[in-house]
Amino acid sequence: MLKVFYCVLSRDITLALRRRTDVLTTLFFFIIVVSLFPLGVGSEREQLRMLGPGVVWVAALLASMLALERLFAADYDDGTLEQLLLTGQPLALLVLGKVVAHWLLTGLPLVLIAPLVAMQYHLSSTAIWVMMAALAIGTPVLSLIGAIGAALTLGLRGGGILLSLLILPLYVPVLVYGAGAVSVSAIEIADTQPYFYLLTAFLMGSSLLAPLAAAAALRISLE
Amino acid sequence: MVSRCSHPQPNLLMLDVSDLACRRGERLLFSDLSFQVPAETLVHVRGRNGSGKTTLLRALCGLLRADAGSIRWRGEPIRDLAEDYNRDLLYFGHLNGIKADLTGLENLRIASTLDQDPTDADAIVAALSRIGLEGFEDLPTRMLSQGQKKRVALARLILSKAPLWILDEPFTALDVDAVDLLQQLIAEQVARGGSVILTTHQEVPLTSGAIQRLTLGEASDPVSSENTESSC
Repeated sequence: MLKVFYCVLSRDITLALRRRTDVLTTLFFFIIVVSLFPLGVGSEREQLRMLGPGVVWVAALLASMLALERLFAADYDDGTLEQLLLTGQPLALLVLGKVVAHWLLTGLPLVLIAPLVAMQYHLSSTAIWVMMAALAIGTPVLSLIGAIGAALTLGLRGGGILLSLLILPLYVPVLVYGAGAVSVSAIEIADTQPYFYLLTAFLMGSSLLAPLAAAAALRISLE
Repeated sequence: MVSRCSHPQPNLLMLDVSDLACRRGERLLFSDLSFQVPAETLVHVRGRNGSGKTTLLRALCGLLRADAGSIRWRGEPIRDLAEDYNRDLLYFGHLNGIKADLTGLENLRIASTLDQDPTDADAIVAALSRIGLEGFEDLPTRMLSQGQKKRVALARLILSKAPLWILDEPFTALDVDAVDLLQQLIAEQVARGGSVILTTHQEVPLTSGAIQRLTLGEASDPVSSENTESSC
């Protein structure tokens, strides 16, 4: 079981490292979107501090959205997805392997770069730590939920737009509690713990259910 | 309905298809299609372009849900067997199913790990050299020609232990040598008790076992069979 999971994981990571542009575009997209806001709204300290958490989270949402389209598309085009469906392994496990690889390549870099881009918003060091932790728990949820949408829109014309329409509403809870945790720690009015409990609950729930749903969606898309 | 002559030794029944019907959009491709695939048999599916050959093969793999009828593998419906059926099956479709950024060696290693059929690197190198790709093992497959890519994909047949092969137009883009080799591999698979279902416009000679011909898109009885042994 683990061997199969690891096989899919290392396969996708090897592939991404041989084609690095895909990973870098997501990362630069995130950095640019986050950096545009201070340029647009001016450099007033309090205003930026208010905006910061929301902007970083929305940018993370959009960046993860951008990378999602490619989650299954390349495998679909060259027929390897068809072969994955016929391997005699639980498809949900293979999907989970792909999603974890996808998060390591597109989500984890965002978590690591977040402190740098957040400095433009004059956030306190505690708030930055909270932001990193919230992103580390929240972005895997984005990849997991996104996988369902990516599987459903596979092979459709204009699938990218449809994918955004399907998935962005589902991202709302993660956005609300992810950005909420950072805002709360930035203005120091309340404890961030409940936010983290909720984000972790989302992560547990989606890592259990999303691979099953995405696997079912893949079977429908490949018919 | 099947005009098959009685074979001296009773053959083990592998795949049993009954009253299968598939439609694509509004168009009915075939209906009431019934045939059996015993061990040591090659089923040659023929038909005009668009007569539903690929659809039939995808339905037999379980990739596509048929509109009516049942497909049973060793007596069990393939829908219930799910992954257990996939383990006994090797499907080769129009797309090669290999990653262009990985080398031939990596592609085959991943395929055999996922089939839970751990093959050592030597066996994979041997398979690649048998298929005529010696010296190309460590090149990303995107550097290879169309025919060579197809050969990498076909090397899976050498490594496979699956009793049922379903091959969709396996002979396209192959040169004369590769066609010979593939015919040989198919004959070996049939000889060791496996079954092969394929679509092709080519004749496949067998040294042992039986050939069943199935013609799609014709009103007359679609199934006919013959034996390589002169037993009937």
